[in-house]
Amino acid sequence: MTETNQIDESRSRSKPQSKYDYSKGPLPLEINLEWCKACGLCITLCPKQVFETDRNAKPVQARPENCTQCTICWVHCPDFAITSNYK
Amino acid sequence: MTTVVKQKSDVMLNYLRPKMKFPSVWCPGCGNGIVMGAFIRAINKLGYDRNNMAVVSGIGCTSRMPAYMDFSSLHTTHGRALPYATGVKFARPDMKVAVITGDGDALAIGGNHFIHACRRNIDITAVLINNYIYGMTGGQGSPTTPSGAFSTTTPYGNVEKHFDACNLAIGAGATFVGRATVYHYPQLEKMIMQAMEHKGFSLVEVVSNCHTYFGRLNRRGDASAMLKEFKENAVNITKAKTMTPEELENKYVIGTLYVNDDKTEFCDEYHKLMDVAQKRKK
Ligand code: SF4
Ligand code: SF4
Ligand code: SF4
Repeated sequence: MTETNQIDESRSRSKPQSKYDYSKGPLPLEINLEWCKACGLCITLCPKQVFETDRNAKPVQARPENCTQCTICWVHCPDFAITSNYK
Repeated sequence: MTTVVKQKSDVMLNYLRPKMKFPSVWCPGCGNGIVMGAFIRAINKLGYDRNNMAVVSGIGCTSRMPAYMDFSSLHTTHGRALPYATGVKFARPDMKVAVITGDGDALAIGGNHFIHACRRNIDITAVLINNYIYGMTGGQGSPTTPSGAFSTTTPYGNVEKHFDACNLAIGAGATFVGRATVYHYPQLEKMIMQAMEHKGFSLVEVVSNCHTYFGRLNRRGDASAMLKEFKENAVNITKAKTMTPEELENKYVIGTLYVNDDKTEFCDEYHKLMDVAQKRKK
């Protein structure tokens, strides 16, 4: 995991990851942890490594600044636990 | 549903049946949920009236889906979703009718109903979720379990050959046939939209993951690993046309495989016949 983090940081230094600015508003996504079954699909499918797992293996938005609102995580969530705050 | 829809991405929460308990009964990561999302978003984009839309299913993990969705749902006996749907469409030709079915439900127990619905070309959309195994009843081999694959009824590997549901439907006379996988979500959603809009029998076969049985017994790993496998082994139909059968072994050919807009639709023909017969009586 550390390796991925390093790659990410170097990328974010060269150009901004996302056209969305999350510093003023809410986090990019809303995650309904009651419905989430910790299947891990959102975590592995996200192309920008936005998520890390919490102690229950459920997703947390560890790198929200990377999120491009690409829709992949919420359309692939089999339990409709992810919605966007921006799209 | 009391959920307030703030953003476009929440729109599907609007279509969930308020009295059902969520999360669903499906295993974590089961592809059924992804297909349900695609189906709802497709219907929402088409702007159909949910009260004028029937969703029919038989028995199986997949067939739990209509119970969760706020359409006119009909949960029927094993394999008999298509006959019930035929009845609904026949009585109410104005209604949009979709059938959600699984590989065991449609091709084993309901195999005959399936080919005859294709043959009649009745205006029903069948979404066949193919996960290559019986999930709900404990991982028995189904008609789509590939040769050599393991299931609880084929512990030494399957010696039978498997059905190709799409070719079967084309051969039997369906007029819209396509295949998608749960990994290729945008194509899946678009294909369901095209199938719903098509007049005549349309089949959307969705290659899906049952990691709980098929994945575990065949060492395919968890849901993420199975979706990755779909990504790697899917071949688009245009590319598949340039490949040899050997190269296409164990690949999933995805895309719209067959469309025929010229064939007459069953309900139309029947109502025409009814007019003729009633005139003759007078
Ligand atoms: S895809 Fe959905 S159910 Fe699976 S871990 Fe992510 S939020 Fe949870
Ligand atoms: S919307 Fe895309 S970039 Fe953002 S978290 Fe989801 S998958 Fe990752
Ligand atoms: S048994 Fe298989 S098909 Fe059924 S819910 Fe579990 S993963 Fe899905």
